[in-house]
Amino acid sequence: MSATAVHSLWTTAADPISKIDTPKIEYGQLAPTLIVLGAALAGVLVEAFVPRRSRYYAQVFVSVVSLCAAFAAVVALAANGYGTTKAHIAAMGAIAVDGPSLFLQGTILLAGLVGLFTFAERRLDPEAHGNRVDSFAAQAASVPGSDSEKAAVRAGFTTTEVFPLLLFAIAGMLVFPSANDLLTLFVALEVFSLPLYLLCALARRKRLMSQEAAVKYFLLGAFASAFTLFGIALLYGYAGSMSYGRIAQVVDGTVTGVDPALAGTMGNDALLLIGSAMIVMGLLFKVGAVPFHMWTPDVYQGAPTPVTGFMAAATKVAAFGALLRLLYVVLPGLRWDWRPVMWAVAVITMLGGAIVAITQTDIKRLLAYSSIAHAGFILAGVIATSKDGVSSVLFYLAGYSFVTIGAFAVVTLVRDAGGEATHLSKWAGLGRRSPLVAAVFAVFLLAFAGIPLTSGFAGKFAVFKAAADGGAAPLVVVGVISSAIAAFFYIRVIVLMFFSEPRPEGPTVAVPSPLTMAAIGVGVAVTLVLGVAPQYFLDLANQASVFVR
Amino acid sequence: MDNLIALLIAAPLLGAAVLLVGGRRLDAVGHWIGTLLSTTSFVLGLVLFAGLLGKDAENRTLTQHLWTWIPVGGFQADVTFRLDQLSMTFVLLITGVGSLIHLYSVGYMEHDERRRRFFGYLNLFLAAMLLLVLADNYLLLYVGWEGVGLASYLLIGFWQHKPSAATAAKKAFLVNRVGDMGLSIAIMLMFTTFGSFAFGPVLSHTGDTSEGRLTAIGLMLLLAACGKSAQVPLQSWLGDAMEGPTPVSALIHAATMVTAGVYLIVRSGAIFNAAPDAQLAVTVVGAVTLIFGAIVGCAKDDIKKALAGSTMSQIGYMVLAAGLGPIGYVFAIMHLVTHGFFKAGLFLGAGSVMHGMNDEVDMRKYGALRTYMPITFVTFGLGYLAIIGFPFLSGFYSKDAIIEAAFAKGGTQGWILGGVALLGAAITAFYMTRVMLMTFFGEKRWQPDAQGHEPHPHESPKTMTIPMIVLAVGSVFAGFFFHLGDRFLHWLEPVTGHSEGDSPIGATTITGATLVCLVVGVGIAWARYGRKPVPVVAPRGSLLTRAARRDLLQDDFNHVVLVRGGEHLTRSLVYVDHTLVDGVVNGTAAGVGGLSGRLRRVQNGFARSYAVSMFGGAALLVAATLLMRAV
Repeated sequence: MSATAVHSLWTTAADPISKIDTPKIEYGQLAPTLIVLGAALAGVLVEAFVPRRSRYYAQVFVSVVSLCAAFAAVVALAANGYGTTKAHIAAMGAIAVDGPSLFLQGTILLAGLVGLFTFAERRLDPEAHGNRVDSFAAQAASVPGSDSEKAAVRAGFTTTEVFPLLLFAIAGMLVFPSANDLLTLFVALEVFSLPLYLLCALARRKRLMSQEAAVKYFLLGAFASAFTLFGIALLYGYAGSMSYGRIAQVVDGTVTGVDPALAGTMGNDALLLIGSAMIVMGLLFKVGAVPFHMWTPDVYQGAPTPVTGFMAAATKVAAFGALLRLLYVVLPGLRWDWRPVMWAVAVITMLGGAIVAITQTDIKRLLAYSSIAHAGFILAGVIATSKDGVSSVLFYLAGYSFVTIGAFAVVTLVRDAGGEATHLSKWAGLGRRSPLVAAVFAVFLLAFAGIPLTSGFAGKFAVFKAAADGGAAPLVVVGVISSAIAAFFYIRVIVLMFFSEPRPEGPTVAVPSPLTMAAIGVGVAVTLVLGVAPQYFLDLANQASVFVR
Repeated sequence: MDNLIALLIAAPLLGAAVLLVGGRRLDAVGHWIGTLLSTTSFVLGLVLFAGLLGKDAENRTLTQHLWTWIPVGGFQADVTFRLDQLSMTFVLLITGVGSLIHLYSVGYMEHDERRRRFFGYLNLFLAAMLLLVLADNYLLLYVGWEGVGLASYLLIGFWQHKPSAATAAKKAFLVNRVGDMGLSIAIMLMFTTFGSFAFGPVLSHTGDTSEGRLTAIGLMLLLAACGKSAQVPLQSWLGDAMEGPTPVSALIHAATMVTAGVYLIVRSGAIFNAAPDAQLAVTVVGAVTLIFGAIVGCAKDDIKKALAGSTMSQIGYMVLAAGLGPIGYVFAIMHLVTHGFFKAGLFLGAGSVMHGMNDEVDMRKYGALRTYMPITFVTFGLGYLAIIGFPFLSGFYSKDAIIEAAFAKGGTQGWILGGVALLGAAITAFYMTRVMLMTFFGEKRWQPDAQGHEPHPHESPKTMTIPMIVLAVGSVFAGFFFHLGDRFLHWLEPVTGHSEGDSPIGATTITGATLVCLVVGVGIAWARYGRKPVPVVAPRGSLLTRAARRDLLQDDFNHVVLVRGGEHLTRSLVYVDHTLVDGVVNGTAAGVGGLSGRLRRVQNGFARSYAVSMFGGAALLVAATLLMRAV
């Protein structure tokens, strides 16, 4: 190639560059995400520069402060009307700042904060060689059972990287439900998924099981991501744009100013249908809907319990948020196509989760199947395709996440020589030995079962009502039937705890630090407050239920 | 003044709450708190009474609306009270006699370590009873009705360490449930018929409702009344209820619980007036119970059970009168009030006797007590004279009025009912004279009690004798006072209405006949128990006597017909439940469980299978979405 040709290449390439506008970023409106991301980076620096002994404290400090600050930012945005009147799309069309975004971000941040407390718990396991230990492996890279692992334990290593990983995951989750174009959606998906895969592998005890869970989660997650990405490509092919608003316009046929180069390929309905089905599938994987749920029990069981609790709560919030935005903002014009399919998914998710849970013998797997059934209930609210549907889902997610974190936090307390005693038979008679812990767990189980005066009842009532009003009455019938089936195994655990003879070699209940107590206490308080006086929060969710387009 | 009504109920309710929640630190003063609050309610009643007297006869109905319980569509459940002449009468009786019984209990229960709790229950009882008579609608009345049932259960079984008391309480509760069922059905029928529970709408629309409906409602109300007022066929609990402390017997049998049925019938007079068949049933129940109770009362040697039989019989008079319609309503209530005085007095007297005789209840082991317990003797004696209808005492006026009203019913019915009422008067004279003679006259037949303590009869303390004296005064003068210038009639007439009826024989003749019956009854009793010594061990007696000792076989009847029958019914229901219902339920559960076990196997732990499942799911999802478009 000649020098002039090279030169002309260079100059023609250089010319348009100068014409690119500086992207306009509304830093204030993105503050919650930016704060958490910044803190995550700071956490990485802490790992690098702070001495080992102080790292734990530094990390906990950074994490707590950032989550609180981010939550304050969310509250400030909401108070300034960004949830309602001033809702708009920020960051060049990438991020929507509106009611559902702020509500879900607030929920994720609070759930993250409570989850963080359980991450930071260091009093449950007995001290190893004079060092306090948490739920995470001493050194993630050491082979389980090897000498290097023993050496790491002896040296008192702890994996304080979990805190920045948690913050990264939270940051991704904050973006996920507010992503307003498909690319942002995908980036957010990966940003919160990858730290979770890692976190799942970090259990201190039963490390092989934990690593197996992480690998499964990673493989299946990558598989699902591939579907999502392919779906995104197909949708781009259909609409010639990644932007939610633009795609919606193409679906409605109200689009203007089409690039002539794209006009020829645009509007192919097969691309639209296949593409949206595949994206939806990726989201259904994240919420754990049947038949994309099979990772849930294995991962929930293998992951360190604090991670399970956080993941079960916050992932569901983020993924349902994204699903809502996708279905309500991008694909409302397509609802006659996706509603029947989602009906079927909701039905088999509700029934499948409830039925398989009956024969479970491990408390973490039981809760995993329970979370599948709950995903089905929430889907019923999503299907309502109304403002009430949105608000009921928002409310349900808020209530559900605290119950979940609280319940898994209780699971961390019941221990025997091998760590957590998760086999159900070991929980027999727990109510006789530790009435308070058993009573608290019973409250969570009743909330899962949707018994009145708990948040579970208020939430279930809200989604079922929205679904019935939205013309999905048969779905409500199935929902109530599965609730009845589900009540069986929740109540069975209560019966087991309170009406069975304690086993002589049964587990003991560890006395936790104020951190876990706070997590459980918040769980119980939120459960009861949302159950006894749900109206204020229902109103809040109702105000927050309009998507910006 | 209207808003004092709620305070009437609030005072004893507060007492119950304080005493039952307050715990042991109130043990020392609990009984006085209870008595004080009950008296407060009585004083409030007097204030309201004075207020009512100051108004015209037509404007003596006060209402107080507190709140609406559940307004749902056409269903309106108000907490509203109504104070009119009828409920005012009851309020004064309940709180007045109730307060006296509180005072009496201070002495009677002195040695009981659970005295505070006892007073709590007494206050609860008063509150429930006041709610019953002050309610302005049937639903609220039902609340009081159930409250009375609960409190009576607690009080009858107060000495729960005695199995017989626990059983008696349970029996009273269960039998009352049968009646309560009647009341709840009646209320439901009212709602479907009138669209309301309130007295106003229900009782003013009886004219434009079919008689069949009204008869059904009336019969259900009668069933309810039978339960609470111990009328045949639901009378069996009353005798056993004597297991409770004596003040309870006085409270339940004189002033309150058993009168609730009479109140219900009189309050619902408009319904019964429009349903002659139901009304006839009421009179039949009253007449049968009148004789039934009297015969039982003749055979009992237990002083409290003899009085219980008498109560049954006297309430029978009231129910009979209430069944006569406007001819009898006023006299039913008048007899209720005078009976409240003398029966409470008699029970308190019996309690006083027991108190002095080491809690002995067998009259065959009494005798000659008149010199040892003079005050008890005199007050009991005045009560006795009042109940048998001795001229110019309370019972004379009220009972005579009922007998006249029964004849005034007219026709064959009038003759039969009047005859029964007269016969009842004779038997009453017999059994009450028997009680009197066996207890206070004759020679000493005292026996040492189970621990070998010889009885040392003595007069009871002042807290016990003062109430007895007050009640005796009432027994003597109340009837005359009510009768003078037909005061009671004019007082109550605006609420219940009144008509003279049409008596085939003159009032004087009837009074004469009544007095003859009285003399005959007393004479026979004197011949059998006054002239001859009373054997300590009861003779075998005739067939009727033996049956009467067993309460005319009521329990045997209930056992054979209801218990056995019920057992057969439940057994067959259980069979159906086990095979059919459980079959379906267990089958479903087993099916779900089996499905769960099978589905669980899909979860085999291999990531590759999971991925296949996901791929299949995604394929289905895409295919279904495309299919939806194609269809």
